[in-house]
Amino acid sequence: MPRALRSDAKNDVDRRHAREIRRRLALSVAMILGASLLLAPDAFANFLTPKSGGSPNADAIASLYKIVLYIAAVVFAVVEGALFYSVYKFRAKKGAVAAQIHGNTRLEIGWTVGAAVILVILTTITFIKLPSILNPPNSSANGFAASDGVLTASTTEPSPPNGKKLVICITGRQFIWAYYYGAGCETDPYSSKVPYSYQEMYVPADTTIVLHIQSLDVIHSWWIPSLGGKVDAVPGYTTYTWFKASKVGALYHGQCAELCGRLHAAMTALVQVLTPANYQQWLTQQEALISAQEQQVLTLRKELLATGNLTPDLS
Amino acid sequence: MSTSDTALRPVPQVIAHEVTKPRQSKQWVDWVTTTDHKRIGIMYLVLTFVFFALGGIEALLMRLQLAVPNNTLLTPEHYNELLTLHGTTMIFLFVVPVMAGFGNYFVPLMIGARDMAFPRLNALSFWLLAFGGVVFYFSLFWQPPEAGWWSYPPLSSILYSPSGGQDAWIFLIHLTGISSLVGAINFYATIVNMRAPGMGWGRLPLFVWSVLIYAILLIIALPVIGAAVTMLLADRHFGTHFFDPTDHGSPLLWQHLFWFFGHPEVYIMILPGFGMISEIIPVFSRKPIFGYKAIAAATCVIAFLAVLVWGHHMFASPLPVVVMGFFMLSSFLIAIPTGVKIFNWIATLWRGSIVMTTSLYFAIGFIAIFVIGGITGVFLAVFPVDWQLNDTYFVVAHFHYVLMGGAVFTVFSGLYYWYPKMTGRLMSETLGKWSFWLMFIGFNMTFFVQHALGLSGMPRRVYTYPPDVGWSTYNLISTIGSFILGFGVVLTIVNAARSVKKGAISGPDPWKGNTLEWFTQSPPPVNNFDVIPRVRSVEPMRDIRRQIERDTGVTQKTGGSEQFARV
Repeated sequence: MPRALRSDAKNDVDRRHAREIRRRLALSVAMILGASLLLAPDAFANFLTPKSGGSPNADAIASLYKIVLYIAAVVFAVVEGALFYSVYKFRAKKGAVAAQIHGNTRLEIGWTVGAAVILVILTTITFIKLPSILNPPNSSANGFAASDGVLTASTTEPSPPNGKKLVICITGRQFIWAYYYGAGCETDPYSSKVPYSYQEMYVPADTTIVLHIQSLDVIHSWWIPSLGGKVDAVPGYTTYTWFKASKVGALYHGQCAELCGRLHAAMTALVQVLTPANYQQWLTQQEALISAQEQQVLTLRKELLATGNLTPDLS
Repeated sequence: MSTSDTALRPVPQVIAHEVTKPRQSKQWVDWVTTTDHKRIGIMYLVLTFVFFALGGIEALLMRLQLAVPNNTLLTPEHYNELLTLHGTTMIFLFVVPVMAGFGNYFVPLMIGARDMAFPRLNALSFWLLAFGGVVFYFSLFWQPPEAGWWSYPPLSSILYSPSGGQDAWIFLIHLTGISSLVGAINFYATIVNMRAPGMGWGRLPLFVWSVLIYAILLIIALPVIGAAVTMLLADRHFGTHFFDPTDHGSPLLWQHLFWFFGHPEVYIMILPGFGMISEIIPVFSRKPIFGYKAIAAATCVIAFLAVLVWGHHMFASPLPVVVMGFFMLSSFLIAIPTGVKIFNWIATLWRGSIVMTTSLYFAIGFIAIFVIGGITGVFLAVFPVDWQLNDTYFVVAHFHYVLMGGAVFTVFSGLYYWYPKMTGRLMSETLGKWSFWLMFIGFNMTFFVQHALGLSGMPRRVYTYPPDVGWSTYNLISTIGSFILGFGVVLTIVNAARSVKKGAISGPDPWKGNTLEWFTQSPPPVNNFDVIPRVRSVEPMRDIRRQIERDTGVTQKTGGSEQFARV
């Protein structure tokens, strides 16, 4: 054997050895990454599915999502599998000659139709699931009794079959959410004297709650993940969504989902679920608090005017 | 063709030779005043990679801020500025123009032309881009914009964004918009009129097809964003109320106009990348592209559907359900031609004799990543599901899988593939493969966990988050991944910089390519070709090698892979 060839063979062995080491290295890196993900303390809390469990619409979205996920997982496995298999299997080897194929009409039509069929199935499933996401159910028998049954003129406002719902108006502004409780909140929350609160919303359990969402300044987006999808609060528009929470005592977190300025991250929201009786109690208490505060402001105003520290508004 | 033509056909250079010194002097005046498509192409590439580096640094700063909860590294103001700078830079100053850079250099070469149709307009395109970037980045010295790269009014109105940074953003859109528009017209005119003899539409290289469609999409989409930002400028300074809800204007009008541009923009950014992959995979599989016509047709269908899907960015906005249904279906439809392309690429690899160069690593990495981005795109097209996922980190993950895959990995693949043509020297394969693995692992570490972040309720564009919501671990993994990714990118930039002088001499056709750019010297002379061969198939260089084998009896090794085994 000539010398050059022998050293070539040796190089070949070295190279194969190096390749093996590299392969093992890559494998162990992948395993460490996978393991760190698995062992992460808060991993898997919501690793694969959106939050749900608070309201039927959130549950319906999550179940629709899961169907898409299963189909996607199969497509993912098949396509990535075919890719990595062909790269592994058809690597250049000595003497191997590439097959000179230009195409295959039947195969190409096949996978075009195949992709279309999957999408038709997804469309069908979406439209089957859609009503349960869009249309609220009636309040339960043990729900909040004072829900109003007035049918509104809006065609986009969701309404349960019997029309009985609790309306809460939400107003977004930089950087806080305000809630006005009960019918009449949309026309003029101030003059109609409905009770209100900021940041933390109180709702009765087992009651269909319809939200009217508006913004006073820039675009915000209302989102409590466990209670359904997000809805933008666009100035000049009223948007709607609904939820029906059943877990008494539950506290749901959310925050503004549309960039609204520097403190966007601080624009959080909480939804506290109470029993209908406790809700009524909270409403009364809140009304009393609000009127006490207003009284206090009036008194202070009178005092300031009397002492000349405030000029009366002449406009 | 007669036999005398055969005798006249020049024999391509197949022996490596020393790169000759460029004929012009190297003075900067030559570069600034050049109208040579190759020099403009290189200036495009260098400039866009500078912006890529800037955008990357901005991204890493944001990732550092998010590494731990309640971090105070950046103020909310700076965070918003960074996210606006990052998005705007990557889209308007990196991905779109980097494709123009490759197009500039290689479209004339691939179609056998001696320059672009309008060389001086070509220089104008470049300088408008450069000035757009300068105007935008000078806002750093005063007050950068902070309304995000969509700049939704009213947030971007004079009331909520009083600083001139927002105006700098508007001028950036104007200047880069005119730059791209002029460039697009130039590409269109060049490709339609200046193809080599015999190069009919069925023999046009797929990269050139994709640049043609890129140009058409730019011509359709850019006037709309140009009009929209002009309206925004008028709203801000001249007392109009197009987008002002307090005076009969509508913020939704902006969203429609913006996304009517914004979604075609996505395909503007990735179609040329698809084109590169369609060139690179056949060369390194030693096989013809599988289903040439299907890929070219899919490119056209994607472009057509691209202007019909903008509403899927607005599923949380006040739109009627019927309209959302329409946009869901149109977005579904676009998955079909995209899927067809992926299947065709895999079928091209199938039964090939695959030579694992760095360029092909990036091409395969692109497919692997892009498949995930495409699949999550279907999730987001289902509008009820989008109500949960929209504006969360799931979307951030989705579009980085689409754009990092579709644009960055393809551009890197193209860079390793065409670098020897542009410089006459090969980039280091060892460094390249290290760069690939770091980028691939870093990328997936950064962005895969972001799907989970979005699903567990983390909205995008928040400057910080509390420790008790379960987002800390994912964010830390993501930040670590982003630095691995960044390190991988740096390796390729170092590789490109040092290979200019130190790379191995490549010769005119190091990869045994299929298309005409490999017919000329590396780097090509100013006039590109002394003789332009007649084109008889999609793979003219293969035909020429076969012809040489027949005429001279010297094996050109077109089918085997021996000459590649050790690259």
